[in-house]
Amino acid sequence: MKRAIAAVTGTGPPVTVSRWSRTATGFTAVAAIAVLVLVAVPYFAGGPAEQPLITLLTFIAMASLWNLLAGFSGLYSFGQNAYIGLGAYGLYLVAAHGVNPFAGIIPAAIIAAAISLPVSLLVLRLSGGYFAVATLVIAAVFQIVATLSPSVGGTTGVSVPGLAGYDPVLREALIYWATLAVAVASVAGVYLLVRQTFGLDARAVGSDPVAAASAGVRVGRIRRLAYLVAAGGAGAVGALIALQTLYVEPTSVFSIQYSVYMLFMVLIGGMGTIEGPVLGALVLFGLQEALSSYGAWYLVIVGGLAVIATLVASRGLWGLVSDRFGWSLLPVGYRVRHPRG
Amino acid sequence: MSTAEPAAPPGPAAPAGPLLEVTGVDVFYGDFQALFGVSLSVARGGATALVGANGAGKTTLLRTIAGAQAAASGSIRYRDEDLTAAPPHRRISRGIALVPEGRKLFGSLTVEENIQVGAAAAASKDWPLDRIYGVFPMIARRRGQRASTLSGGEQQAVAVARALAAAPALLLLDEISLGLAPRVAGELYQTLAALRAEGATLLIVEQDLRRAMEACDDLVCLLEGRVALAAPVPAVTREQVVAAYFGEGSSGGFRDREAAT
Amino acid sequence: MTWVNAVIQGLLLGGQYALIACGLSLTFGVMRIVNLAHGDLAVCGAYLGLVLSTVLGVPVWYTLPLLLPAAFLAGLALQTLLFGRALRHGVLAPVLVTFGLSIMIENLLQVAATSDPRGLNGGQLALASFMIGSHITVSWLFMTAFLTACAVLSGLQVLLSRTSWGRKVRAIADDLDTARLVGIRVRPVFATVTGIAVATAALAGVFIGTIGTFDPLTGTNTLIFAFEAVVIGGIGSLWGTLVGGMALGVTQVVVGQVNQAYAVLAVHLLFLAVLAVRPSGLFASHQVAREAGALG
Repeated sequence: MKRAIAAVTGTGPPVTVSRWSRTATGFTAVAAIAVLVLVAVPYFAGGPAEQPLITLLTFIAMASLWNLLAGFSGLYSFGQNAYIGLGAYGLYLVAAHGVNPFAGIIPAAIIAAAISLPVSLLVLRLSGGYFAVATLVIAAVFQIVATLSPSVGGTTGVSVPGLAGYDPVLREALIYWATLAVAVASVAGVYLLVRQTFGLDARAVGSDPVAAASAGVRVGRIRRLAYLVAAGGAGAVGALIALQTLYVEPTSVFSIQYSVYMLFMVLIGGMGTIEGPVLGALVLFGLQEALSSYGAWYLVIVGGLAVIATLVASRGLWGLVSDRFGWSLLPVGYRVRHPRG
Repeated sequence: MSTAEPAAPPGPAAPAGPLLEVTGVDVFYGDFQALFGVSLSVARGGATALVGANGAGKTTLLRTIAGAQAAASGSIRYRDEDLTAAPPHRRISRGIALVPEGRKLFGSLTVEENIQVGAAAAASKDWPLDRIYGVFPMIARRRGQRASTLSGGEQQAVAVARALAAAPALLLLDEISLGLAPRVAGELYQTLAALRAEGATLLIVEQDLRRAMEACDDLVCLLEGRVALAAPVPAVTREQVVAAYFGEGSSGGFRDREAAT
Repeated sequence: MTWVNAVIQGLLLGGQYALIACGLSLTFGVMRIVNLAHGDLAVCGAYLGLVLSTVLGVPVWYTLPLLLPAAFLAGLALQTLLFGRALRHGVLAPVLVTFGLSIMIENLLQVAATSDPRGLNGGQLALASFMIGSHITVSWLFMTAFLTACAVLSGLQVLLSRTSWGRKVRAIADDLDTARLVGIRVRPVFATVTGIAVATAALAGVFIGTIGTFDPLTGTNTLIFAFEAVVIGGIGSLWGTLVGGMALGVTQVVVGQVNQAYAVLAVHLLFLAVLAVRPSGLFASHQVAREAGALG
């Protein structure tokens, strides 16, 4: 504490302020290699390896995006499944108009983000628990609208056109690569976004909107941007899910289960860090594999762990690790180092 | 504070020892330390003024004595009982009551309800509503009105009345003259003097040095979380207090300035 | 059904919504907690009513003397074991905890009771109706639900305005820190408030289960409707939830007359419209509304 004061008042030896570290450089190199390996998976491992990886990568994308909302910006939305569903339907609509389904992922994401804009004007008027329930309402509304729209199949749903012509092995590989791309884009995108001033502003808004506003942060703008980006990302995930299941049906694409998963992964992994959601995704994936035969008990345990995590380890597993060892693989903050001695 | 027994006269049979003894108290807000080893004591039936610049820690100290703030170290003894870890309702039931800074009335409750709520953990039944209205006749007229509709002076009276409902022996008052016209503040201080005559012990935070020194026997001055001066009022001059207020070694320009008038 | 009949039924339905909403409103007003498991607790009340009335072989109304105290105790336990702890971790922690709790309850019910829709035995009351004039039929069940809601709201109002407990609750709702300072013991008050909230939810659940069917997932929609009633009626106002509930009920039944499939959607759109135009609701308590963020 004394050294910090001395540094600020200029009476001590100069300190170094860094935003990066050797660990981070090492990790980024390892991550880059890992991504290259993942890209190569369809060539050397094929189908059996792709399936579980697709699930895991989808989890990673969902978790990172929810973390942007809740972990960094303090927006606890349990209605992101609305945009997953919208993205899925968006992909169907785009593909139905003749666009190659794989090329339709980005338009689907844009559609989801575009719809989220007017929605944000409504729901962002609320905060905290009231905001959370409002997001549930929004998801319910979109699900009902889909059910009532015969042009997208109503309650029965529709199948995604344009995929039948593909060789199944190739299709699987393409879906895999698309999922990998979305996952990497989500993690990297959130990371880069948070390292901008936006990240600092978002975290200020997340922890104390009033204080942030009085410090000049444009609270409304920040929350809206986070909401839009998260919606667009969820839309991309929804498009992927449509591609994976080949079918879009209201109850499954708008399922609240997605929100449950997002909450769990980010809580268990660690809110407000980039590494946390990835860790949480791994945990959820493992849990799903281990408990797959237990039916509804699986979700009871997921919910229970989420409750326990909030009460006992609010910084999640990654928080425990990084507090203990001081690691930061993808640093978002500033690190002040005092000269030795 | 009971209606039957007056303040104990000094003598070998009288209970010795101060009513309140604060020793070496440290208080933190997160990483920020607000009080550094603060000690003070208040004698039974006495009145101590707690002065200091804004941010010196006066409100923090009162809140710590009342139990709203935890002391990281040190002790708070009241009537020879260690209350350092006691929650607010226990301290109130022993006889300590705080009139908080900014009055902090419950806006949606009526005047009477505010006072009734103050008796939630009362030390005794010595201060029923009638007696309180007797001390503050002007608010008796407004008893059914919502507290948020009253004037500043009336709200301050209600805040004191609410504390009185707890039948305290030690009354802590935080800046009760703030924002009030001098005449209104004067009336409040007259009421305090009357309470003292009935045996109450007072610890008063006050920006107005003149009032503080007139109303109290002892004076404690805080500076940046530490006790800078503690002495009986007759033993210090106003200049000494002002010096302690702003810190020793401050430039001569400060010496002439009134601390607050 | 005539339009007049539909409107009347909608107004009475509003009573049910008010009954489920008042607990949510109370919990938020006093503790600033939005209990996302509130709807699921109502559904638990329905399932408990099912078990009790099956075991005892009586219409569900006779089980209330057992059911309501049990629900109250469950609320006390919830506050003491869960919500109180959650509050210590910040203002948003209860949102996460109650959502997690909601997931647990829904899936435990799924395990215990399967996802088959159930109904409650409402005895004679569920079947009877009476006539007003020559065209209007009113179901006794709807009427009872409405009157019960009014009785509960009145009871709560009396408790809040005339008792020492009620004074403490209102003081805490105004200013928690000062309430502690003047010696109010906050934890018992929180516990009893949660107890009342869960008891009213359970009672509402019994009505929901008698009037319609329920299954483990009904809780989420119940929460949403309760929430919408609170927002429309005004965050922080108890009687406002009745007005809000009635707005929901009338919309639902009247639109349902035209096209049943659109009824629920119409309700949600009404809520969104109110949110757009007057986010604090019709009878808001400004302070509470501000803390819900509803004043921007």
